Amino acid sequence: MVDPSALAAGGGTRKHTQYPYVTGTSVLGITYKDGILLASDTLGAYGSTKRYKSFQRLTKVNNCTVLGAGGELSDYQYIVRLLEELADDDFCMDDGHHMKPAEVFSYLTRVIYNRRNKMDPLWNSLVVGGWYAGKPFLGSIGMIGTHFTDNTVATGFGNHLARPILREKHRPDMSEEEARALLRECLTVCYYRDKNSINRFQIARVSAEGVDLGEPFALPTNWDHALFRDPAAHAVGTW
Amino acid sequence: MASATGGFNFDLVERNELLQKRGMQGPGFTKTGTTIAGIIFKDGIVLGADTRSTSGSTVADKNCEKIHFIAPNIYCCGAGTAADTENVTGMVSSQLELHRYGTNRESRVVTALTLLKSHLFKYQGHVSAALVLGGVDFKGPHLFTIYPHGSTDSLPYCTMGSGSLNAMSVFESGFRDDMDQASAVELVTRAIRAGVYNDLGSGSNVDICVIKRGSVEYLRNHQYLQGKTYERAHPMVIKSGNAPVVAERRFDVAQYVEVGPAPEAMELS
Repeated sequence: MVDPSALAAGGGTRKHTQYPYVTGTSVLGITYKDGILLASDTLGAYGSTKRYKSFQRLTKVNNCTVLGAGGELSDYQYIVRLLEELADDDFCMDDGHHMKPAEVFSYLTRVIYNRRNKMDPLWNSLVVGGWYAGKPFLGSIGMIGTHFTDNTVATGFGNHLARPILREKHRPDMSEEEARALLRECLTVCYYRDKNSINRFQIARVSAEGVDLGEPFALPTNWDHALFRDPAAHAVGTW
Repeated sequence: MASATGGFNFDLVERNELLQKRGMQGPGFTKTGTTIAGIIFKDGIVLGADTRSTSGSTVADKNCEKIHFIAPNIYCCGAGTAADTENVTGMVSSQLELHRYGTNRESRVVTALTLLKSHLFKYQGHVSAALVLGGVDFKGPHLFTIYPHGSTDSLPYCTMGSGSLNAMSVFESGFRDDMDQASAVELVTRAIRAGVYNDLGSGSNVDICVIKRGSVEYLRNHQYLQGKTYERAHPMVIKSGNAPVVAERRFDVAQYVEVGPAPEAMELS
């Protein structure tokens, strides 16, 4: 007798998620002197279509932790629900304790790795950022459970576009202005060279004062190079 | 094996597939997982390239030259299959030299461009050469990218190869119109360095080529990024008197050995 939940309509075997549908692109994260900053754009893309243009991909988990996600956005919303359930438990316990960023990171790693082992992954690249006991926390989790912490993290296209800039210019003792300027530089490059992105970003800050998700903003772009305006300036008819 | 109608002759593909099913291993090829880049600055062109050539996961050549000579005023960086980039640029360089003898004029960059793209298009992408072509002729500075299928772009700054995104991020944040030579060389070096440090297919050192009207500076190994910090001297010279003498025992060998005259030398002729 075959378990009907293992069968698909039409009699074949049931398959799990093979590919993502509504996706988010890169998430960037850096530490600075007094906290951490996470940045992402606000696009939920449906393949090549820019379907949801104000999708918040950064969430406040509690007063000291922020989660950012790229990849399948429905899986991200499910993860946020799991974390909300944990936060509710903490609230009801009412003992003054809340989840530390490292705990959120550890929990999400186990959840993601467990799903990977069932060959039914949550198709996300997650960034967990937080500030606890006077120290910053910044970690990255891949969809198969690969996880690590570092002073700078980047997912998706940010791996190739933002990481070289971050590795060259980041210092752990930057001020908030310098850190924001560095992230804006990386976000501009990601917008120029990542097809699935829009010019609407959000930067979340976690510091001793708590979590500030920030208002969405746009960045100035420059398309005005002389040879962009006239590529055939030196050789008429070329392209 | 080009056919008379142009392009590759694929008649043996079926035979090769049959042989591979029976266990024959086809020949491999050396690729250049690469970072190459070029920009136009106030007085001309700066081209840059890393120097790592890979064969699968092995580094085949730690210090290869990826900036190829096309004409005295035109150079070309190549990414993709090393044999393809070397031969295609060599072929076009020879054709241009003959053309210079025939026309008695300096070669133009668009000539090199057209020769390269026509050749690559004829082979429909099977010649795996992705090129950054730059030069200065009497019409001004030119910078082009050429893709393996034969399409080209004319750009003020461009990058190709596996490290191209890493290098492009440096260009997008640092490029300005009409830079001076020092800033331009510094920017291209930074871009190639971004590829070397952040891309596994690129590595070793940075080559730079500065082309201006009437002059070319080929800065081979402009930056050593993987020089050895310590190199052992060979042969080792150990000064006598360094080791402390703890104990001493003397053997008189003369009692056991007879020293005789030297033997006759061997006949060698």
